[in-house]
Amino acid sequence: MNINATLFGELIAFIFFVWFCMKFVWPPIMGAIEERQKKIADGLAASERGEKDLELAQAKATEQLKEAKTQAAGIIEQAKKRGSQIVDEETQRAHQERENIIAQGHAEIEAERNRAKEDLRKQVAVLAVAGAEKILERQIDAAAQSDIVEKLVAEL
Amino acid sequence: MAGSAGEQTISGYIQHHLTNAAVGEGFWTFHVDTLAWSVVLGLVFILSFRAVAKKASAGVPGKWQACVELIVEFVDDTVKSTYHGKSALIAPLALTIFVWVLLMNLMDLIPVDFLPTAAALIAGESMDVIAAGQSHTYMKVVPTTDVNMTFALSLGVFALMIFYSVKIKGFGGFMKELYAHPFNTPWLYWFNFILELVSLVAKPLSLSLRLFGNLYAGELIFILIAGTIGVWQLPIHFLWAAFHLLVIPLQAFIFMMLTIVYLSLASEEH
Repeated sequence: MNINATLFGELIAFIFFVWFCMKFVWPPIMGAIEERQKKIADGLAASERGEKDLELAQAKATEQLKEAKTQAAGIIEQAKKRGSQIVDEETQRAHQERENIIAQGHAEIEAERNRAKEDLRKQVAVLAVAGAEKILERQIDAAAQSDIVEKLVAEL
Repeated sequence: MAGSAGEQTISGYIQHHLTNAAVGEGFWTFHVDTLAWSVVLGLVFILSFRAVAKKASAGVPGKWQACVELIVEFVDDTVKSTYHGKSALIAPLALTIFVWVLLMNLMDLIPVDFLPTAAALIAGESMDVIAAGQSHTYMKVVPTTDVNMTFALSLGVFALMIFYSVKIKGFGGFMKELYAHPFNTPWLYWFNFILELVSLVAKPLSLSLRLFGNLYAGELIFILIAGTIGVWQLPIHFLWAAFHLLVIPLQAFIFMMLTIVYLSLASEEH
């Protein structure tokens, strides 16, 4: 154990290493650590914020879903109503149509019958005249006896 | 190695291991081994930490960066909890002391004959001469077992203590602390001064001698084990190394801690 000039050498080395550490080692490493700490703190805050946002969004979504459900129910109700209304209207219209068609048919039948009646009457008149001619064995002046024929026809 | 008893005494073996490689005469002797190993280990410290500092990013750290940051944060926490002033120097100083002293202490774990034998071989001495303990190549690989090393550290700290005292309290304040404490009566100032001067000087002295004593004692046990048992020392070497493993970081930590405490005392007003 003897003190000698090694002391100075070590002192110089010590001063140099401390100086180097203070200038070039400590500040960048500490800076990086502090920056990362800040980053992590920011990240944590952001994630918290995100969680809150998510919660809010979920609540909003639930509310909107509920609203949409009620709206849909309303629309369905309305559609049902409108559907039954349309069915009613159509039924009524079809009834009307049927009535109309039936009425028209009746009218046509009536007209046809009348026409046939008229035809038959005319033919009966002719037949009657022909029969009378046969009975009388003579020519009846159709024109002269037309009043009789007319009367006959009318009686038919 | 220790060699047979006939060729070499244990005390000679120990003496050989405790002799520094020296250059120069008298006071102007330089312990080349202490200087070289301490500077190499200091360079290991600053260069490996500088490598991290150069590419330090706030992103995901690499493994080495994480390790360095762990040490840096540990030192930073220790400094912040003890030193309440603001100083750009204290924390890097504490980091340098801690890592540098730790690395120098760790040299203690290398089996005591490895590096001296290698050095002697490199110096061109034959294996027979080395084994007989007759080699003239000396090599003490643990710089903290050299009192010059530990005194250099504590003198640096002492200078900073004085500097901070004068800077923060002024020269008058510093002097007043020396003579007006603990008995604040003028006729006891001389007594105070002697008391405080002793306690002031005792700080760097105890700081350096604590580190030196612990490491020197540990190294001595290693040499003793190697000297008495010879080639079969390794199992016991590892046993003692396991105990000594506690002392190595502890002494580095104590040196750092006391440095911070002394500097914090120096920069506090009473």
